[in-house]
Amino acid sequence: MHSISRRGLLKTGAAAGVLAATGMPVRAAQRGGTFKLGLAGANTSDSWDGRTHSDSYMIVTAHGCVFDCLTEVNANGELVGELAESWEASADAKTWTFKLRQGVTFHNGKPFGADDVIESLQMHTAEGAKSAAKPIVSAITEMKKLGEHEVQFTLAAGNADFPFLMSDYHILMYPAGMIEEAIAKGIGTGLYKVDSFDPGVRTLMSRVDSHYKDGKAGWFDSVEVIAINDSSARMNALMTGQIDAANRVDFKLENLLKANPNINIFEVTGNQHYTFPMLTNLSPFDNLKVRQALKFAINREEMVEKVLLGHGAVGNDHPIGPANQYYAADLPQNDYDPDKAAALIKEAGLDGLQVDLSSSDAAFSGAVDAAQLYQASAKAAGIDINVVQEPADGYWSNVWLKKPWVACYWSGRATEDWMFSTAYETGVPWNDTKWENARFQELLLLARAELDQAKRRDMYTEMQALISSEGGTVVPMYANYVDAHSTKITNGGATIGNLWQLDSSRIIERWWMA
Amino acid sequence: MNSVLRILVQRIGLGILTLFIVSIVIFGSVNLLPGDFAQAILGQGATDEAVAAIREQIGLTKPFWVRYFDWLGALVTGDLGVSYSQLMFAANMGGDQLIPITTQIAPRFYNTMFLAGLTAMIAVPFSLFLGVLAALYRGSVFDRGANIFTLSSISSPEFFLAYILILFLAVQGQWLPSLASVKPDMPLGERVYTTLLPALTLTLVVTAHMMRMTRAAIINLLASPYIEMARLKGISPMRVVVKHALPNALAPIINVIALNLAYLITGVVVVEVVFAYPGIGNLFVDAVRTRDIPMVQICCLIFAAAYILLNLTADVLSILSNPRLRHPK
Repeated sequence: MHSISRRGLLKTGAAAGVLAATGMPVRAAQRGGTFKLGLAGANTSDSWDGRTHSDSYMIVTAHGCVFDCLTEVNANGELVGELAESWEASADAKTWTFKLRQGVTFHNGKPFGADDVIESLQMHTAEGAKSAAKPIVSAITEMKKLGEHEVQFTLAAGNADFPFLMSDYHILMYPAGMIEEAIAKGIGTGLYKVDSFDPGVRTLMSRVDSHYKDGKAGWFDSVEVIAINDSSARMNALMTGQIDAANRVDFKLENLLKANPNINIFEVTGNQHYTFPMLTNLSPFDNLKVRQALKFAINREEMVEKVLLGHGAVGNDHPIGPANQYYAADLPQNDYDPDKAAALIKEAGLDGLQVDLSSSDAAFSGAVDAAQLYQASAKAAGIDINVVQEPADGYWSNVWLKKPWVACYWSGRATEDWMFSTAYETGVPWNDTKWENARFQELLLLARAELDQAKRRDMYTEMQALISSEGGTVVPMYANYVDAHSTKITNGGATIGNLWQLDSSRIIERWWMA
Repeated sequence: MNSVLRILVQRIGLGILTLFIVSIVIFGSVNLLPGDFAQAILGQGATDEAVAAIREQIGLTKPFWVRYFDWLGALVTGDLGVSYSQLMFAANMGGDQLIPITTQIAPRFYNTMFLAGLTAMIAVPFSLFLGVLAALYRGSVFDRGANIFTLSSISSPEFFLAYILILFLAVQGQWLPSLASVKPDMPLGERVYTTLLPALTLTLVVTAHMMRMTRAAIINLLASPYIEMARLKGISPMRVVVKHALPNALAPIINVIALNLAYLITGVVVVEVVFAYPGIGNLFVDAVRTRDIPMVQICCLIFAAAYILLNLTADVLSILSNPRLRHPK
């Protein structure tokens, strides 16, 4: 399996270099201490119901701490077993058999087994339940308990990524028969059990006595996760040593943090990307030349510099990022080329181009600025972009998917197929460009059921190239996950996961007291 | 005493009427905000079906006056209701273990009252003291200094004051924690220590008003004949102010104190957010963000009730402190 992306390697290489250069002794992992983590993305309405998790606070505490999934993506991007020990597929990738780890118990003492897996998955398709993982689970047509520690899934259609999907942060394992209680109290199989949980305020957790990850993860004795949504308050708390790590560094405070010798900023480029999707069923975006012209009329470097203040990487008009397995890093880059854009407009048989671009900071922070930068760079190509500032409230229901050309963001998906089938497959509700392409659709289905990795790589590369050159989305940039930690904690200079913020949301498991 | 009773009854009646009007205004204005709970909670995932499903679950499909009167009817019977997020959570779980707003709000309310109480304990004596001294030495450097200090702190936005205090007392001095993260089981001393920085911020905000009213009321009285008489008797200036002027100046001072105490309960939103203090203000901000109308309503009603009650208390106290009002002819 492809392990480290090019960019990821560069990033972590640089991070290791910095550590080495500062001459900081890297202490080997050992148990002890209380870890205090300050997080944005907390809500009074938070609960231990994995189906509803969407923001960092609950993802870090539930997925990265209290609960386990069947599989886990490690810091290098490889898929490893979490509650599953091993898995194998039939040749058509339709039937998957998972062998479960033995001797695992929930925090209330109940042993973990096949029933728990089946019931935990059924939660997502239960009547009236709303789960973000419903599309994943509803693809399973049959779940069979082969033994106490063996489950077999039959899928409606072959899916080579199925084990990958089982690492999704919504699909947590709850104890069968007491799921309501487990959600009320936070009873999982994770390294830390819940001592107290005050939604939108704080969570206190302590290490379980023995765990199957002993010796590999879970170094802190106890953990306190504090909800600090205000970014200045979060950075202050880090500066004054009240917390040991914080997510979402405020770029404006970056220099202040850097000046503090006790604080390190760590950032990774993952799959999170910002987009400008156009509805390709509407004029003028139904014209391929127009779409291509717009892709050459944007100055991506400038946007990364000015909107992300350098904390990102240029995008290439497709949604697959460095944290994906089959990220095509060597695809020809769509560059800023106003002459080419102007020529394409002419080829399209148009005399100049006038388009509206709807934007709001609800799409992503700095989206209005980004739209204005776009306007300025497109002017050189004779394209007149009229930036329409939309109200942030109701942006996702009234503007996105409704107005012809808008600003949008995607946190990305762990697998190519998942990303494509969420927003690029013909006819899916979130296909925000209404783009339809027969070859793409064909490849999507072929690659989904293909178990041969080399073949999949070729197919996914072709699909990325297709979207990049013909698709309806302009992807100006990938936004880094930028977090900060105090030198009181360390991960020994290991690779930092880039699937999500804070070491793929597993900072609590993977780090220790320096 | 009869007049006090009459005023009490009258005011409480008016207060309830005010609360009623407030609730209509809040309900109406939250409804006017673009987007509703379903859209706010779903964010990017707000597809038509998902929005419709949530609206169905929490009863948003009913016209808004029906929802209002349902809510009001329950409130009159003492049922504060259930927040939308709890309703949705319960619908998702398929169970019916609803956590009522009362349970959600109680610890937050306690925290907010604690912060307000602590601030009042610092701010009221402090501003009375400053006010008396400023009146005593009016026109002096001290008087002017106190005026400039309090006026500039009241003119600055709260978050600015908060950051200034954090900068000096938490970041550079490292004396106080910048994060007021109180826990339910904290011992009192630690709790006070943790809450001190937000309390000091609020003190800076409310001091000027109280201090200047104290000063003005006393100076006003100092010109009256009976004070002159007292001076002529040879009483020391301090004694004149504290013993003779202050009791008669109490009525306006009490009024201002009450207003400021009400502000301490209702105006804490910004301070609570800056210090991540788990009070009603933070809850309120959360609720407005997700358009959780029942929660917003209850928070607003608490704020409004605090204003009305404290104003009522002020009126009663000022009557009691004034013999002429206490024994009307």
